[in-house]
Amino acid sequence: MIRAFSALLARDLKLAARVGGSGALSLVFFLMIVVLVPFALGPDLNLLSRIGPAILWLAAVLATLIGLDRLFQSDEEDGSLDLMTGAALPLELVVLAKVLAAWLTTGLPLALASPLFGLLVALSPKAMGATALTLALGTPALAFIGAVGAALTATIRRGGLILAIVVLPLMIPTLIFGVSAAEAALGGTVPFTTPLTVLTALSLIAAVVGTLAAAAALRWSE
Amino acid sequence: MRLIVENLACRRSGRRIFSGLSFTVGRGEGLMVTGRNGAGKSTLLTMLAGRLKPDGGSIRAEGIGEASLPECLHVIGHRDGLKSALTAEENLGFARDLLGNPAAHPKTALEALGLPHVARLPVGYLSAGQRRRVALARLLVCRRPLWLLDEPTAALDLASQGVLAGLMKHHRSEGGLVIAATHQALGLEDARELRIEPSPPPSRPDEALQAEEWL
Repeated sequence: MIRAFSALLARDLKLAARVGGSGALSLVFFLMIVVLVPFALGPDLNLLSRIGPAILWLAAVLATLIGLDRLFQSDEEDGSLDLMTGAALPLELVVLAKVLAAWLTTGLPLALASPLFGLLVALSPKAMGATALTLALGTPALAFIGAVGAALTATIRRGGLILAIVVLPLMIPTLIFGVSAAEAALGGTVPFTTPLTVLTALSLIAAVVGTLAAAAALRWSE
Repeated sequence: MRLIVENLACRRSGRRIFSGLSFTVGRGEGLMVTGRNGAGKSTLLTMLAGRLKPDGGSIRAEGIGEASLPECLHVIGHRDGLKSALTAEENLGFARDLLGNPAAHPKTALEALGLPHVARLPVGYLSAGQRRRVALARLLVCRRPLWLLDEPTAALDLASQGVLAGLMKHHRSEGGLVIAATHQALGLEDARELRIEPSPPPSRPDEALQAEEWL
């Protein structure tokens, strides 16, 4: 079972690295949004540094959507999903392996690159660290919530838009606590750890509910 | 193992495809599923593979112990389950680890299908027939008793059809089961034939109405 799990994880990481994989693309998309905001708002450094964590979080939510529609759809189209139904591995673990691979190629690079992109919106070093930490803890929630939408739209051709409409409202709590945790680190009445703990809890809940829900959606896709 | 199908019925999008289908396949036996286009041959195989719920009837397997039926079968269909970006060897290695119960090494399996030279080529570069042969090599990398083949000879040249016939013969001599949906002779000797006849149109209007409501 462990062997099947790691084989699936390794295959998805390999596919993301090959031509047509979406790993690097979502990072570039993240950069694009962060670059566009200062152009739109003008060179007001105080304003930028105040809303910087919110911009980075919004960009992360949108970047997560890139390539999400192909998470299960590509396997559904070429029959790999039929192969996985017959694997010595429950469908829940199949979902877990695929989402883990997706997070390692999109969510984690976003969190790691966020201090660098924070420079573009004039974040202080402390804010950069706090935003990177909240992204690292919060992006798993985005990935698992997205997986449910991806599983529901796996059999729909060009389901990217409907997927975004389904999952974006579900990502609001994660966005709220992610941004408030990053801002709490810069001062305020709420201690940093309170929203951070809630954010981590959201990720853990999404991991359980998202895995079960996505597997159920894939199982009864017909 | 022994596969027993009783009174199987199928309905897709409210339309009845077939009903009252019963057959049994035992050790070393082969079954050819024939019928006109759209009769439900592929649907029957999808159902046996556990990807589609039957509308009625039952599918049982005896002598497989704790395992579930989908864990005891190989499916080779139109959608071949190969990733274009990965090489043939990587695809087969993945299938071997995922499906468990490994048998032949991917390279050995490719040699058996006459494709040792494509092991390091991405599958996306291969022709339709070569791709189909790589998919068929999956039958050899893991040992599973039941083979479900959906038009396995599509895109295959004569020599490869002969190789496939040999593989099926060897599999059956070891006690394996083969169920193939096909339009042409596969070289499945003494295999029984299951012809799927179109379901009679609903005789009473209320039955048709019920089918509509199901939508």
